[in-house]
Amino acid sequence: MSNQAVLSARDLKRDYEVGGSAFSKPKLLRALAGASFDLFPGKTLAVVGESGCGKSTLGRLVTMIEKPTSGTLTLDGKDVVAGLSNKAEAKQLRQDVQIVFQDPYGSLNPRHKIGSMLEEPLKINRPDLSAKDREELGRQMMAKVGLRPEHYSRYPHMFSGGQRQRIAIARALMLQPKVIVLDEPVSALDVSIQAQVLNLLNDVQEEFKLAYLFISHDLSVVKHVADEVMVMYLGRPVEKGSCEEIFANPQHPYTRALLSATPVADPRHKRDRIRLTGEIPSPIAPPPGCTFHPRCPLANERCRAEIPELLDRGGTLIACHAVEEGRNQEAAPAA
Amino acid sequence: MSTATTTSDIGGSPRTRAIAEFWHYFSENKGAVVGLCFVGIVICCAIFAPLIAPYSPEEQFRDYFLVPPVWEDGGSSMFLLGTDAVGRDILSRLIYGARYSLAAGCVIIALTLTSGIGLGLTAGYVRGWFEVLVMRLMDIILSVPSLLLALVLVTVLGPGLFSAIVAIAVTYVPHFVRLTRAQVISEAQRDYVTASRVAGAGTLRLMVIAILPNCMAPLIVQATMSFSTSILDVAALGFLGVGAQPPTPEWGRMLAEAREFITRAWWVVTFPGLAILLTVLAINLMGDGLRDALDPKMKRS
Repeated sequence: MSNQAVLSARDLKRDYEVGGSAFSKPKLLRALAGASFDLFPGKTLAVVGESGCGKSTLGRLVTMIEKPTSGTLTLDGKDVVAGLSNKAEAKQLRQDVQIVFQDPYGSLNPRHKIGSMLEEPLKINRPDLSAKDREELGRQMMAKVGLRPEHYSRYPHMFSGGQRQRIAIARALMLQPKVIVLDEPVSALDVSIQAQVLNLLNDVQEEFKLAYLFISHDLSVVKHVADEVMVMYLGRPVEKGSCEEIFANPQHPYTRALLSATPVADPRHKRDRIRLTGEIPSPIAPPPGCTFHPRCPLANERCRAEIPELLDRGGTLIACHAVEEGRNQEAAPAA
Repeated sequence: MSTATTTSDIGGSPRTRAIAEFWHYFSENKGAVVGLCFVGIVICCAIFAPLIAPYSPEEQFRDYFLVPPVWEDGGSSMFLLGTDAVGRDILSRLIYGARYSLAAGCVIIALTLTSGIGLGLTAGYVRGWFEVLVMRLMDIILSVPSLLLALVLVTVLGPGLFSAIVAIAVTYVPHFVRLTRAQVISEAQRDYVTASRVAGAGTLRLMVIAILPNCMAPLIVQATMSFSTSILDVAALGFLGVGAQPPTPEWGRMLAEAREFITRAWWVVTFPGLAILLTVLAINLMGDGLRDALDPKMKRS
């Protein structure tokens, strides 16, 4: 992490108003309740958590599809939130952050050829290029992601899921972005194809010094690709640290529960499975205090009343009263 | 990669393969093929009317009033389908009439498609108060019986074929707006639209280039279906005397003029009526086949 962060987020929040009608006041849904992180060139930050924890909202904020309700987002030292209100600046900023979606069947326009799909970003943002230059760049990128030249004039329905995800990656790379948000890029793919796509992502990251924001719920994939991991619960980061540290020595009770739910391919492996009871609470009416306390085995009175801060504990940031007070030690897994 | 290779080796470009596949499903429906053939004949009649028709549609033969068709007693081989009350050849008038019916249908569909897609696309994409305004306006148009509304509009615009076309187009627009809006709303949430936006696409590009092509299939079907009803409505307005004006050989107008001879000379009423009936039937059959061939849910592989 010696070099400068390419994208920094500080206390990002995003609220939605839901259920409002002419007769009732809309309710406030806090999808993201304050997230801070930095993305570094060539590094991957993985965001994990169960569905509804705000990880996709985070991705949408970083790609500037939506504006944060509060908090700051800086890209290369430039304020993104302020920049988005200026049309020309927004166009410039958008080029630096691209996204790859989960579902490769929905993310490619079924009526467009692969070639025109790859050229679209150039057509919009690089009016200086001629049609011939665009095609040249498109074909180069296709070769880079392992597609054959004859795929250029084909339609998306003629490709398999893995190939489509390659196309989506190529499209994201066309503008030479600095940051790519990967919104569960491999969870819709077969395991054998997952490895190929992950390797491709790895290769292009090294080549272009890309910063990845890798959103996933699949911890075995995260372990493989991430440099840093941020665990989220109900719109808040609960633990953030280096990949090795989090997987080897998880502190937060939620992280432990998540990790213990990951399948291990070893029949003799003794599993201390931590079972979480109950459902993730509604973000419209989050529980007071630590939002995890209704499901937490270590919760006490303080957890029910006071929201824990993200505190630095030996390089890992943890938001938990139990960890702070050392109450988690007796429940530590034997491993 | 193997799947893509094998599919591409079977046929040529994706477009020709798509057309071949379309024809495969379309030709399974015999009624649709018959309909297509008949429509083809009508179109030929309309285009080559001066070559096919034996006489000018307005030429009057003063010695041959109400001559019956050739196979009836007193029929003449000069007039295959007989003549009307002022001695005009019915066959020639029918052939020229195909021009008016088809042209009216085409113009009506073009008008409704453009305005319907324009309104529906903006309403579905922009949402908010604009959508409410447009959709409620369409509901109001739909709440009035369409022929009645068309009659009122023609009266306001002044009788004539063109007014009839505009009036009928107005009554058809709501169907297209609703269809487009529903499609746009569902397509606008798809990831490829977001991807396009992240790539920097502006509103117009997102609407027209990304979303619209994916909404066209049901619109094409609706357009074919409306084509036949529009021919029927033009004939209806002609029959009521507010559409095409004499001596235009429009089919509905011909029916209206022949009304008083219905007991004496059946052929003056029957042939224009048959022409309308068969054309509308043929287009409907064709539209059914088109819908089945374009709807992926109906495909059996």
